Amino acid sequence: MNGQAILDMLPMLAQGALLTLQLVFMSAFAGLCLAVPMAIARVSKNPWVSVWPRLYIFFFRGTPLLVQLFLVYYGLGQFEAVRASFVWPVLREAYWCAAITFSLHTAGYITEILRGAIQAVPVGEIEAARAIGMNATQIYKSILLPRAFRIALPAYGNELILMLKASALASTITLLDITGMARTVYAKNYLPMESFVTAGAFYLVITYVLTHLIRFLEKHLHPDRKEPVVIIG
Amino acid sequence: MIDKTAPLLEVTDIHKRFGGMEVLKGISLTAKRGDVISILGSSGSGKSTFLRCINYLESPDQGRVAIAGEEIRTKSSKTGGLIPADPKQLARLRARIGFVFQSFNLWPHMNVLQNVIEAPIQVAGLNKKDAIARAEAILERVGLSNHIGHYPAHLSGGQQQRAAIARTLAMEPDVILFDEPTSALDPELVSEVLSVIGALAKEGRTMLIVTHEMGFAREVSTWTMFLHQGKVEEQGPPDKLFHNADSERVRQFMASHLH
Repeated sequence: MNGQAILDMLPMLAQGALLTLQLVFMSAFAGLCLAVPMAIARVSKNPWVSVWPRLYIFFFRGTPLLVQLFLVYYGLGQFEAVRASFVWPVLREAYWCAAITFSLHTAGYITEILRGAIQAVPVGEIEAARAIGMNATQIYKSILLPRAFRIALPAYGNELILMLKASALASTITLLDITGMARTVYAKNYLPMESFVTAGAFYLVITYVLTHLIRFLEKHLHPDRKEPVVIIG
Repeated sequence: MIDKTAPLLEVTDIHKRFGGMEVLKGISLTAKRGDVISILGSSGSGKSTFLRCINYLESPDQGRVAIAGEEIRTKSSKTGGLIPADPKQLARLRARIGFVFQSFNLWPHMNVLQNVIEAPIQVAGLNKKDAIARAEAILERVGLSNHIGHYPAHLSGGQQQRAAIARTLAMEPDVILFDEPTSALDPELVSEVLSVIGALAKEGRTMLIVTHEMGFAREVSTWTMFLHQGKVEEQGPPDKLFHNADSERVRQFMASHLH
């Protein structure tokens, strides 16, 4: 292993990490914003309401992220109507194509996570809210959503980390994220081991930080939680 | 002037079936201001279901519920039962009917104070300062002044149930329904909850209590009702039901439950 080559590529990979983080946090946030109304619609008893998020999830979970990315980046530009419309300045940019595709993709997964969490809120807590005179909006705002977010947090953290690694696909549409930078570096120095080990190390560090961020949030949002349960010994 | 003899809660001819099983076969009940009505009976007699039908946690298949003369508006559902016709009216009337659950059902992400002020702020429209003042006074009465900032997970069962009672009292309800309030408690914690409920009875609050604590029921009730298989087997003043019931079944039940 060539230590000097690794040191030399650090600035470029750090720059790539910035782009990776931007894409991941943007899509995690936008995905969450999309997922909240979809999850509420998804648990609706009215089949005409719950069918839309179902179809959405079916599509975005059922097709590879890479295919979705290519559809947006290469596919949409095929239509004259898209090229002529006001969205073209956005969809022409690989950056926005990635950000939008990642957001839509992760929204599908977060919707399912939130759906499970909403349904996991004990019915007694909802009955207590109904019995005291809260309407549906108040119950969602005060009880169901705050409880569901807390229940969903570990799974959401998992999805965040999956999204971090999936974001490497951005490098396939010319973006210079961590992986994109590593490929560029490798094309110059012909040192595949050094280039990709360093890229992997960047992902590891970010994953480590994200894991602790989620753990911190969990602690912060569960002031009621007792010490971790020791099951054995 | 409030007419003290006018019925505060009028429940008429409640029927409820789960699947093919008819668990309530026409139960009526009238509570005047200050009445403490105990609803007794063995497990499966329909006591809890009846209580839950009063504030529509379960929708009865038939029957009427009116609070202070205002009837909960209903319409027929596709399956032939009743469903609330006006969610706004139902929420408004529910706010006047307190409900205390067997399993407390506190909101675990809020501390005791937040649990108690949530509905007064959201539902009754109090400002936060007034809601806190009201909550502190009530929490003092139920003996939880030192636990205002505690989360439910850090409280004993008895403390949780007293917090749940405080949450209900904070809405200043006309009637409070207690659904086996001590059945989920360790035996040594039962008395602290019963003494809070007993104090409420002495204040002249209107209450319906489903309970297995026979000694307590005899002591606090102004009226007792014994259910058997979804019907009223017998009802009357506590002295009559506990010591001199007409029904053989009630006499047997009392003999085996009163020590």
